[in-house]
Amino acid sequence: MAKRTMRGESAIIGVGETTYYKRGRSPDAEFKLVVEAILKASADAGIDPREIDGFASYSNDRNDPSRIAAALDIKDLRFSNMEWGGGGGGGSAACAHAAAAVATGLADTVVVFRGLAQGQFGRFGQGAQVPHVRGDQAYTAPYGLMSPAQSFAMRVHRLFDDHGITQDTLKACSLASYHHAQNNPRAVMYGRPLSPEDYDASRWIVEPFHLFDCCQENDGGAAMIFVSADRAKDFAKTPVYFLGGAVGSGNRAGSSSHNATDYATSNFKTVAPRMYDMAEVKPEEVDVAQVYENFTGGVVMSIIEHGLTSYEEANDFITFENLTAPNGKMPINTSGGNLAECYMHGLELNIEAVRQVRGESCNQVPDVNVSLVASGPMVTPVSDMIVGSEAVL
Amino acid sequence: MANPGRYYLGEGMPAPAPAIDGLDTEYWEGLKQHKLFVQHCHTCDRPQFGPEWVCHICHSFDLGWREVEGNGRIFSWERVWHPVHPALQDSCPYLVVLVELPNHENVRMVGNLLGDPMQPVEIGAEVRPVFEDHDGDDPYTLVHWELVG
Repeated sequence: MAKRTMRGESAIIGVGETTYYKRGRSPDAEFKLVVEAILKASADAGIDPREIDGFASYSNDRNDPSRIAAALDIKDLRFSNMEWGGGGGGGSAACAHAAAAVATGLADTVVVFRGLAQGQFGRFGQGAQVPHVRGDQAYTAPYGLMSPAQSFAMRVHRLFDDHGITQDTLKACSLASYHHAQNNPRAVMYGRPLSPEDYDASRWIVEPFHLFDCCQENDGGAAMIFVSADRAKDFAKTPVYFLGGAVGSGNRAGSSSHNATDYATSNFKTVAPRMYDMAEVKPEEVDVAQVYENFTGGVVMSIIEHGLTSYEEANDFITFENLTAPNGKMPINTSGGNLAECYMHGLELNIEAVRQVRGESCNQVPDVNVSLVASGPMVTPVSDMIVGSEAVL
Repeated sequence: MANPGRYYLGEGMPAPAPAIDGLDTEYWEGLKQHKLFVQHCHTCDRPQFGPEWVCHICHSFDLGWREVEGNGRIFSWERVWHPVHPALQDSCPYLVVLVELPNHENVRMVGNLLGDPMQPVEIGAEVRPVFEDHDGDDPYTLVHWELVG
């Protein structure tokens, strides 16, 4: 039986985003942000947005594809898809679903989108102010374990203890994102550089996370358009091909009260090998990586679990010099990422991966053919993808 | 410093309540009697935590609850500095620990580590449960941990 794969069967032809805002600062409604991002991605591709016939999103995005289809007078809605799970773990999953839909004929032109307007809908980083908690939350919230940062900090201490990995690796990830944002006018942290001294002096949120180990919360919209490979060259921009994607998590990752079988993990140990296998790419062939920073400890785990370094070499490898474009050994988060471009729930990372292959990044790595995204470490499910140039097909 | 009130954390935290579907009523009732229960499968004789309607090992639905002695070991920890809830305004910093029960297949529970919130915390340190009763209209009991010895 032939290998089942989506390698090279689809391509991204357009990307777009709105202005990125600090949390709660968007003057526009969340739905308007999403529509604007889709229109910008359509303009980037040179396609009539009425041709879009499918939608994929994640993290319980509130902007119903049927409403978008009505608003944009879309002729024929054929695909309306949501990846389960909170956080940004579904970003690359939504891309994989779009790739699957256009590769198999469920739809022809699928947009992946995410919109956030926290002024309208509330924040992620606050504990729920409710009188009672039940179910999973009852085992954590009464003990003051309520926020995403608090939910993941203990994984990182366990990583430190198991493998001798140090705080300096977290710092390197933070500094790399802020450094890259200084060349990106779209970035919310553009013009706000971060020095090593600033990082060290910043307050703890929850040990081992300083303030600058934590993602922003932002408002904005982002969108990407997928078509099948046979149509990929019919549009305005050089197509970027979807090589491989995977979704999931390890044994009992979703068990309550922190009872995942493997605890100190980004949840990519089982997912990354499947993605590499589909993409027919080896870790050493990755030219640039966008690694979702909810918290920098998850970035360190993701880099290791994607084979970009090892537990043994992580302290020496995960340095500011190695993580920064253009000459680092493995530049990451070259737009500034969730920490410093925008917490667009990671979809800005998928867009940046495309820009790196096109040669359009604000922090361009030379000669990118293989571009990796790891979405949402430590949540379940997580997802990842590799996109690439025609040269690697 | 942590507030010197009646409880480890400030008053007004969300109160735990049994799941609507009845999955963990015995657990919360047990804590009120200062008994720590872990779900137990009558078919394969293995513990399970957090609770679920089916045993993840043998897929039996014949599950109950068994009191455990609570000898624990710190599996991981965090010191929280930023209050994410109004009730925590005067409680930071505070310590959250993930405790495993080596006598019960290392099932894990989240709690607070009593004592100086600035104490160094060592993964692997032995701890024992301490019950904290909360009164009011809907009384409940939390299980915290303290170092042994």
